Amino acid sequence: MISVGIDVGAKNINIVVLKDTELLGKGAAPSGFEAKDNADKLLNEILEECKISREDINLITATGSGRKDIDFANKKVTDVTAVTKGAISINPNIRTIIDVGAEEGRGIRLDENGKVIDFAVNEKCAAGSGAFVESMSRALEIPITEFGPLSLESDAEIPMNAQCAVFAESEVVSLVHSSTEKKDIAKAITDAIAARISSMIRKVGFESEIAVVGGVAYNVGFIRSIQDHLDREVLIPESPEYISAFGAALMSEN
Amino acid sequence: MSIPKYKTAPLKVWAKAKELREKYYKNYMTAHDTGGLRWAGGAWSFGAIPAGLGRDVYPLTGEPYGASIAFKKDFSLKCLEAVERKGYARDLCSYMRNYWGSIILDEFAFGGKFPKPDFHFQDHICCSHSKWYQVASELEGGIPSHSIDVSVGPYIDVNKSKIDYIVAQMHDSIEWLEKTTGREYNDDLLIEAVENEFRSTARWAEICVMNKARPAPLDEKTMYSLYVLGTLAKHDGEFADFYDELRDEVQWRLDNGIAAVEHEVVRLMSDTQPPWGFLKIFRYLESFGAVSIGSLYTFGLIGIFEDKPDGSWGARETPMQKGIKIESRDQALRLMADWNLSKPEWQHFYSPHLKSKMMLKIAKEWHVDGVMLHYNRGCEGLSLGIAENRLALIEAGYPVMTYEGNMGDEREFDESQTMSRMESFMETLGLNQLAV
Repeated sequence: MISVGIDVGAKNINIVVLKDTELLGKGAAPSGFEAKDNADKLLNEILEECKISREDINLITATGSGRKDIDFANKKVTDVTAVTKGAISINPNIRTIIDVGAEEGRGIRLDENGKVIDFAVNEKCAAGSGAFVESMSRALEIPITEFGPLSLESDAEIPMNAQCAVFAESEVVSLVHSSTEKKDIAKAITDAIAARISSMIRKVGFESEIAVVGGVAYNVGFIRSIQDHLDREVLIPESPEYISAFGAALMSEN
Repeated sequence: MSIPKYKTAPLKVWAKAKELREKYYKNYMTAHDTGGLRWAGGAWSFGAIPAGLGRDVYPLTGEPYGASIAFKKDFSLKCLEAVERKGYARDLCSYMRNYWGSIILDEFAFGGKFPKPDFHFQDHICCSHSKWYQVASELEGGIPSHSIDVSVGPYIDVNKSKIDYIVAQMHDSIEWLEKTTGREYNDDLLIEAVENEFRSTARWAEICVMNKARPAPLDEKTMYSLYVLGTLAKHDGEFADFYDELRDEVQWRLDNGIAAVEHEVVRLMSDTQPPWGFLKIFRYLESFGAVSIGSLYTFGLIGIFEDKPDGSWGARETPMQKGIKIESRDQALRLMADWNLSKPEWQHFYSPHLKSKMMLKIAKEWHVDGVMLHYNRGCEGLSLGIAENRLALIEAGYPVMTYEGNMGDEREFDESQTMSRMESFMETLGLNQLAV
C-alpha cells in the first residue's frame, strides 16, 4: 500500500511517501502563495524519484495549517493528530511532544497509549517560532545554519523579551550597538524562545520521554536552552521537520 | 465510534421569543410617545424595583444591548473605534465599550438615534458595572444615576446583616426613584414584578436541568437566544409566562425523545460569554457530532439553582412554591435580595474555587465529555480565575480546550485559528467531521 503524507506549513511543505510503513521518498519545498500547486509539483517530483505514478497511491492525507488547500488529498487531519501519530510511531515511549515550526509552536501531552491528554498552541506570537530565529539571524547577519552552533559558544545570560518578536528585535539592535558579542546575543535569543515554549509546555504538563520536532529542532542552541528550562533531556528524531508528514502518511493505517 | 441519529424538531416558541425581544426594544424606544419612562441599567440590576413606578416603565439592559451590537460587526467596530477616539482603553469591558460607542455615535442598534433613558438603575457586581453608568451619564449629558452595592460575599456566607445592608439600599433607591421621576411608588406592582422574577429565573433553571437528558433537548447556541429574555427583564410577566411555555415545550421534547442536534456523539460544556459575532463555532462543532449542552454561564446567569436533598443541582424552590405570601415592600425586597445573592454566576466573583465546584457539578450531572473554555478578554468579571477552573476540570479528568477571544470585540478573535484548534480538540476526543 502506497500512502502519502503532506504537511503544508506556514513556510514549507513537507511530503513523505510510504510503502506500508517503509519510507520510499520525501521532500520539501516552500509553501508560497499557491500551496496546492506547489504541493502537487513537489509530490510529482518525489514520485518520479521513487519511480512510481500517482495511480499507485492508495491514500493521500494532508495536515498542517494549509491542509484545507490540498483538495487532491483523500483525508485531512490536524497537526496535533499527525505529529502525535508520527512521533509515537518512531518511539512509543514519548509522552510529550514539542513541535516548533516556522510560525507555530505546540506542546502535546500523551498518555501511555499515545492518546492526546492535552495540547497547547502558540499561534499568535512569533517569539516562540522558527520565523523569529530567521528574523534574528538576519539582524545578526549570520546564516541560520550557524545560529545554533554560535549560541553554544556562549554561557552568558542576557535577559530578552520573550513575549514579542518585534520588541525582541529592537533589543537585539540595542545589544549590537552596545558591542555585545554575537554569540551572546544568539544565546539570548535561543533562551528567549525556549522560555516561551517551555512556558507553554508547562501549561499542558510534561513527562519524559520528550521529543522535539519541527524545523527548530535543528537549532542546537534552542535544544540546549529547552533542556535547561525543562531540566530534562529531550529526543530529536531523525528528520524532525518531516514528523507531521510521516504521521499523516501513517493515517492510512486507520 | 457509532453515530446515533435522533429525532429533531424546531422549537415552537422560537417565534414568540423573537417577538418578545423585538417588542422589548420597541417599547423602550417608544416609551416617551405615550408618556412612559425609560431606564437603563445592567442585566444584573434589581429591575423589579423600577417596575413599581408603573406599567409604562421600560428598561434597556446594557450587557445584552452590548452583545446585540457585537452581533452587528460593522456597527460594533464603529462603536469601539468611537470609544477609543474618546480615549478609553481597549481592554475595558467590551459590552460597555459597545454601549458607550452607541451613545457617542448617537445611533441605536435597532434603528434611529440612541434613546436616552430618564434614569440609570444599576448595581455593582464588578468594577466595570460600577463605572459603566457613571460614564454613560456623562456621555448622555447628566442622566440621573443610582446604584446599589452588592459586594457582600458569596451566598454561603450570607447572613441577616448582609441582607439588611442591601435591603436598606433598596429602600433608599425607591425614595430616589420617586424623587427623580415625580411618580408615586406602587408596592403591588413591585410585589408582582418580584414574583415574576422568581418564576422566570426558577423556570429557566428547570429548563436547564432538563438538558441533563441524553440526547439534550436544547443546544447551547439555541439557549443563548432563550436565556436572553431573562437578562432583558426577568421581572416582566410576559417573559415569565414565556418561560412557563418554554418549560412545557422542553418537557414535551424530553417525553418524545426530541433532540436539539440529530447526531449527539459527545457532549461539551463551555464557559463565559461566547464571541457573539461568531456563534457559528457551535454549528461547526455539531458537524463533528459534538453538542454544547450549556455552561455555568448559560445556566446560572439567569437561572437560580440550589442543591437538592439527593445532592443534585436543581431549580431553587421559589417563595411562592414554599407557600410564602409576599405582603409588604420590605418582605419583597428582602426575598429578592436573598434570591439574587444565590445566583450561581454571582459566586465566582469571590473565588474561582466556588466556580470550579459548580462547573464540576454540571460536568458530572449533565454527562459532559469535554470542556471548551473561552479566555474572554472582553469580560474580566466572568473570566476571572478561568485558568484555575481549567486546572480543576483537568484534575477531575475532563479534556479541556481553551481559546482566546472577546465576547464583544471581534478584533480579538481569530476565527480560523479557533476553528483549527477546535478541530484538533475534536480529533483528540476521537471525532472526525461527520459524512452526513
